[in-house]
Amino acid sequence: MIFHGAVPESKLNGGSRMSGKSPNIKIKTKNLNLHYGTFHALGDVTMDIKERSITAIIGPSGCGKSTLLRVFNRMNDLIPSCRITGDVLLDGDSVYDKSTDVVELRKKVGMVFQKPNIFPMSIYDNIAIGPRRHGISRKSRLNEIVERSLTRVALWDEMKDSLNRPGLELPAGAQQRLCIARAVAVEPDVILMDESCSALDPESTMKVEELMLSLAEKYTIIIVTHNMEQARRVSDMSAFMMLNENRVGSLHEYGPTIELFTNPQSKVTEDYITGRFG
Amino acid sequence: MKNGFKDKLSERVFLALALSSISAIALITVFIVIQGAPIIGKVGLRDFIFGMTWAPSQGKFGIFPMIIGSLSVTLGAVVLGVPVGICGAVFLAEFAPAAVRNLFRPAIQLLAGIPSVVYGFWGLIFIVPFIRDNLGGPGLSILAGSIVLAIMILPTIITISEVQILALPRQYKEGALALGMTHWQAIYSVQLPAAKSGIVAAVVLGIGRAMGETMAVIMVLGNAPGIPTSILDPVRTLTTNIGIEMGYAAGDHRQALFATGIVLFVIIMILNITAQFITRKK
Repeated sequence: MIFHGAVPESKLNGGSRMSGKSPNIKIKTKNLNLHYGTFHALGDVTMDIKERSITAIIGPSGCGKSTLLRVFNRMNDLIPSCRITGDVLLDGDSVYDKSTDVVELRKKVGMVFQKPNIFPMSIYDNIAIGPRRHGISRKSRLNEIVERSLTRVALWDEMKDSLNRPGLELPAGAQQRLCIARAVAVEPDVILMDESCSALDPESTMKVEELMLSLAEKYTIIIVTHNMEQARRVSDMSAFMMLNENRVGSLHEYGPTIELFTNPQSKVTEDYITGRFG
Repeated sequence: MKNGFKDKLSERVFLALALSSISAIALITVFIVIQGAPIIGKVGLRDFIFGMTWAPSQGKFGIFPMIIGSLSVTLGAVVLGVPVGICGAVFLAEFAPAAVRNLFRPAIQLLAGIPSVVYGFWGLIFIVPFIRDNLGGPGLSILAGSIVLAIMILPTIITISEVQILALPRQYKEGALALGMTHWQAIYSVQLPAAKSGIVAAVVLGIGRAMGETMAVIMVLGNAPGIPTSILDPVRTLTTNIGIEMGYAAGDHRQALFATGIVLFVIIMILNITAQFITRKK
């Protein structure tokens, strides 16, 4: 694995959203290995993910990008044969410790999926359902959350008069933004996005990308994307994943996006980002 | 050319076979209507359906007590069977380990294969005395019929509901869990509402089965054609009315039993169409 040197101050401190402070590490993995039964899916992934920034995980299909993303909110727990070794720390606390409450973890680490997965209920209920299940029942408080969450994804003006309409009636792009609003409503620290634009048209993709940038002022965002241009446009850091010589998904090169794309340290990374394979 | 002919031929054969099964339904419908309609004309539709007295020897043909009987026993079966059935389906689809599931699924399907007379006999030997000894009354009662029918509709409700839950896109469950819901919260607040139309259809089909069941309920209901005042009273249903008396009925009496069949037929048709409508709406 290749790590670039220290993150250039200009990149990380220059942006207004870093508010002049050097960013903290939000998530840390160390020698993370993941097996599905006998299949070794992730090998020795060690990486630090910075708070309030966008980290893009890129790489060819089947190299474990989504699997890695699903490590962070323990979505892989749904697969019975999945085994994990090594450390994954969120704010310094082990994600896979026996005492960790998965439900609490997932409140902190929200997720937006590849295809918009709006629930078959009204727009309002789609957003209110998370806070409701977490014990908020006061109508005025829920109204407030719905308005704030929709405002965050720039859908409030469009939707404030049709909150009772079924969410599934919306076009795909709006559905995906609604999914982001739904994740935001739970007030997470981290938002994981698993190829969240791959089912969208270019215009909707652009809107979601703008959204990512504005959300990164408040949240730590990790995206998986097949779209090289998207990684380049939105992310601060890029992680390039590849199958290693044993055909195990691993982190091949990791560094500030601007460096990884302009000055890749490895030939394989260069070949991938210039579109020679993958 | 030759293949074209074969295609045409097999198409015709399938059409003929399909038509014969449809025509069976049509023939039955026509037959019971021809047999039953005259008496409804004679007694009057309102007096037939809302008449309180069934006394064929005196020429009184009111089936209202039987309609109440069918509705009460079916309602009882739904109240007892539907919660158990849906919970069973959720358990099989979401919680059961593979080994348990592989044992339970065929066992539940086997329930559907047990002849209804066996259910009736079991109800008569176990449920009826149990009710008589512990709750009072004759034991032969709405409650006994409801318990037996609740068990009989379980396979329908469990099997169809489970399929509906399993057919949901995985994204619903994942989306719910990703919001920090517990597994149980994901089930009742996202998965069950999403599978609602299929589950309602399962319940409606179960109701149809309960409504149409004859043999098992003849043995445990007591069959007295009166309006019940408690769930421990015996009742007679539309089906048992036909089942008990058809053997010796003649003339108007016989026609009145066919007319009972028409009423039952219409109710079950409405239920089936409702079930189809609900599943299609999805």
